[in-house]
Amino acid sequence: MRSEMVWRAVTLGPTAAIFLALTALPIVSLLAMSFHDVRWVLGAPRWTYVGTKNFLALSQDHLFRAGIVNTVLFAVSAVLVQMGLGFFLALASSKVSRGRVLYRAVFILPILVPGIVIGAIWKLMYNYDFGVVNQLTGLLGMLPQDWLGQKGTALLSIIIVDCWHWTPFCFLLLLAGLESQPQDIYEAAKVDGASPWGELAYITFPLMLPTIAVTLLFRLIMAFKVFDEVFLLTGGGPGTATEVISFTIYRRFFTEDRVGHGSAISIVTLFLIALLIVLAVAAARRWERKP
Amino acid sequence: MSPVLGRRTDGILHGVLVLAAALVLFPFLWISLAAFKTPIALMSGVVVFTPVLSNFQEVLFSKTSEYLHNFANSMIVGLGSMAGVLVVGTLGAWSLRRTRWPVWVSRGLLAWAIVFQMIPPITMVGAWYVMFRTVGLYNTYPGLMLAHLTLNLPLVLWMMSVFVGQVPEELEEAARIDGASTPLLLWRIVIPVVRPGLIACGLLVFILSWNEFAVALNLTAKHTATVPVAIAKFAQEFEIQYTQMAASALLSTIPALVLLLIGQRHIVKGLTAGALK
Repeated sequence: MRSEMVWRAVTLGPTAAIFLALTALPIVSLLAMSFHDVRWVLGAPRWTYVGTKNFLALSQDHLFRAGIVNTVLFAVSAVLVQMGLGFFLALASSKVSRGRVLYRAVFILPILVPGIVIGAIWKLMYNYDFGVVNQLTGLLGMLPQDWLGQKGTALLSIIIVDCWHWTPFCFLLLLAGLESQPQDIYEAAKVDGASPWGELAYITFPLMLPTIAVTLLFRLIMAFKVFDEVFLLTGGGPGTATEVISFTIYRRFFTEDRVGHGSAISIVTLFLIALLIVLAVAAARRWERKP
Repeated sequence: MSPVLGRRTDGILHGVLVLAAALVLFPFLWISLAAFKTPIALMSGVVVFTPVLSNFQEVLFSKTSEYLHNFANSMIVGLGSMAGVLVVGTLGAWSLRRTRWPVWVSRGLLAWAIVFQMIPPITMVGAWYVMFRTVGLYNTYPGLMLAHLTLNLPLVLWMMSVFVGQVPEELEEAARIDGASTPLLLWRIVIPVVRPGLIACGLLVFILSWNEFAVALNLTAKHTATVPVAIAKFAQEFEIQYTQMAASALLSTIPALVLLLIGQRHIVKGLTAGALK
């Protein structure tokens, strides 16, 4: 039995070591750095204690504020559109007579392509002079727009790209959910003479609620992390129109080398995420307890 | 679902789906055309043009271009981190599922995996940057592999614990009674049974590593820069080489296309199992 104990530790060891060294320790070190001013002197970090200065500076940081507002705005609107479209497409392809596998193969293509490449593709398509977006809207009689360069359309343009990128993900998960539904209920409904709309509202939708909730949660979490497309398409501009929280952290930490300030934003972000998790768990518990 | 729809409804649904498929494919098609245009042909917006290969030649073989090197870097990091995370994650998942750890250990680790999955990588990368520079892992292959391994470990741990849970316990007990040691048990019983799960998981984490940008951007420099980092460089240059940017974007989608063609079933399984189980 002794060797079994040893193997038990050996098999879990690497996972535990990585979690400790590369996830838990960094959070502790972020916390430490957020109370310091860290500078690189000859390739080595030099720490100076500054107390809560970094956190107090956050209230003055207009990028940080814009980052939080834009991230929430972006995540909520993009994910709602994606869920709606994804559900509709999943429902449609679960109902068609044939070709489901082919549609699915085409639809998942954007998920597999690097976000930065999707950014590059759309940057070309949005181009003022030769982009296809202006060519198409021109056919409709609209004047060419600088989609990514003007305040009114920049965030919207990124939301459109995100919908193109991630609606397939919602589609895929929701389709998997539809495919695993028990068939006998539908047959019973048919026998009872249910209309297609009644079937959707009283059978499909209630049965799909858990899948919908999980997909929604997954996508929201991913959307809060948005970075690649913003980096490539707008770099947070014009002004702060597309500044998102990941980009603010990147900017403060890496392009401005304000390690302490960047760490403070990271810590506040982590705190907000922790708060969201606690709220979500509490809401789920409450919902489950309801009869 | 049993499609007992009228022919008309079926036709309408097909129409909608074909339209959606066209919307998905159009940007790929447009970028492919742009990649074969000369800069002048792209700028003037002509529809009919003579395709040229100069963009690809420039991206792949010009002396100043490092695209092939970036491509190799992405391959090395993708394969290395994939191998690492599969080994670590499968062993960990088996340990949590099949050896009697106290509940706080198994629950705690799996819960932490979910929490970590929710954290934006960019918040971690600052701390990693400081750590890696201090221990000399900055701008090295092992450094980026380790970072990608860490990012994907929560997903693999969860997915593999589902697959390991499907290995019949009687099978493991029988092997034990026959005197199989733990490594032999893992190698001969567990790994063969979870192989489909390993394939699905492996394809998924390779793609995730290939696509990852925020961490690679900050933990690599010229020597280890991956494809996404290289493509981002195009967009930052003062005078953007649009047609070359299109060509390198197109080239970077090749691995995903190949994997989709040979393993759609596995990828779909990986994506849905990762999220829904």
